[in-house]
Amino acid sequence: MTAMTSSTAPPRDYSLTGRDAKRAIENGLAAAEWYHTEIPRKQMKELMQRSDQPAIRDTVIWLAAFIVSAAGGIWFWGSWWCVPFLFVYGTLYGSSTDSRWHECGHGTAFRTQWMNDAVYQLACFMIMRNPVTWRWSHTRHHTDTIIVGRDPEIAVMRPPDLARVVLNFFGILDAWHAVTDMVRNAAGIISAAEKTFIPEQEQPKAIRVARIWLAIYVATIALALYLHSWLPLMLIGLPRLYGAWHHVMTGLLQHGGLADNVVDHRLNSRTVLMNPISRFIYWNMNYHVEHHMFPMVPYHALPKLHEMIKHDLPAPTPSILAGYREMVPAFLRQLRNEDYFLKRALPPTAKPYREELHNDIPMAAAAE
Amino acid sequence: MSDWVEACAAGDIDEEDVMRFDHAGRTFAIYRSPDDEYFATDGLCTHEKVHLADGLVMDDIIECPKHNGRFNYKTGDARGAPVCVNLKTYPVKVDAGKVLVQVG
Repeated sequence: MTAMTSSTAPPRDYSLTGRDAKRAIENGLAAAEWYHTEIPRKQMKELMQRSDQPAIRDTVIWLAAFIVSAAGGIWFWGSWWCVPFLFVYGTLYGSSTDSRWHECGHGTAFRTQWMNDAVYQLACFMIMRNPVTWRWSHTRHHTDTIIVGRDPEIAVMRPPDLARVVLNFFGILDAWHAVTDMVRNAAGIISAAEKTFIPEQEQPKAIRVARIWLAIYVATIALALYLHSWLPLMLIGLPRLYGAWHHVMTGLLQHGGLADNVVDHRLNSRTVLMNPISRFIYWNMNYHVEHHMFPMVPYHALPKLHEMIKHDLPAPTPSILAGYREMVPAFLRQLRNEDYFLKRALPPTAKPYREELHNDIPMAAAAE
Repeated sequence: MSDWVEACAAGDIDEEDVMRFDHAGRTFAIYRSPDDEYFATDGLCTHEKVHLADGLVMDDIIECPKHNGRFNYKTGDARGAPVCVNLKTYPVKVDAGKVLVQVG
């Protein structure tokens, strides 16, 4: 790992309709040809094969954990014993749904499409991401990963807004924006930014979903008022806040502190080795370089893919803690110099690809 | 209009798989279905011009390798986001062990 700095570039414009959006198109960074490790077709086909069995097993465990933790939270409501149950429930609701939304949106979790669609809709509701809007924003994220002005899913922009990052561990700003977006969409309004990535014929679907969700939240609030109890909201809505911590913790590691405006996922994405509980919650998205390079590969095959191509990838970050030990100092450096980033070192066995994009601004390198 | 061109040998494509075929500056995708029939479509996804031959064939569906957009390769029908525009299909026949595509 090498740290790269520069001090001459103008501030980044992350607007999808702004200066850097136009510049990315002019520079060929938009919809570019991205690097892929070469894998023989026969092996790639084996990796891409879909199966219902792993996701059905995981989903049965997942739903059972929801039911048990919700039942415990309700049963013990009013005593401190409800806390561990709601902690588990909240983490499932506010964090595991991030990966379920994601995998089922790709259509890779299950072989049977209606199963992907069902879990996708449920997870989208819980994580408060409009299933139409986010399907299209994520499509753009895969086309233009961490390309400034093109990618609508850059979690930490430069210079980093660290207060926002910290607040999002409790879901505060994300949920606020999700609610305001939902109300706006329910009123029939699609924003200018949303119009850049949602096709016109899909926009009414986003509005319809927002209206259904709004009705559910109004009904939940009405029930809470009727019962004079926070419990309905502790089960629907608020878990997006008190259970967000895990998906923010893992999500920041996906691209945080790494390069932007490159067309090689090895340089702008991070694979992190994690404990099995986090991998269950995260559905193996810790293999993030592999996922971006080959989004057709289901979550359950990512460890095998990692073993197959690791000779061509930067060494994986050994733990969540190790990831934060490199990422947080990089964020702090970016407060003073937004061009600073962590340059991923490729192993000697790796194939280089368009390195000029990694070095196209005046920089001074310093070994960490 | 009888511009049939040889794309490949029938055995070049595994069952439930796809192969790229380039001809006269155009690119096609040739499919062999699980029930051993052959089909052909334009080779690039209508969403972002990615080669479908790198994708996954499941029953009568081809899934694009970039964004997982799905088409029915027998009819060319787009089967959901992020693909909205149908694929063009081409007649195919197998003659003396060769897969022929009418590319006109």
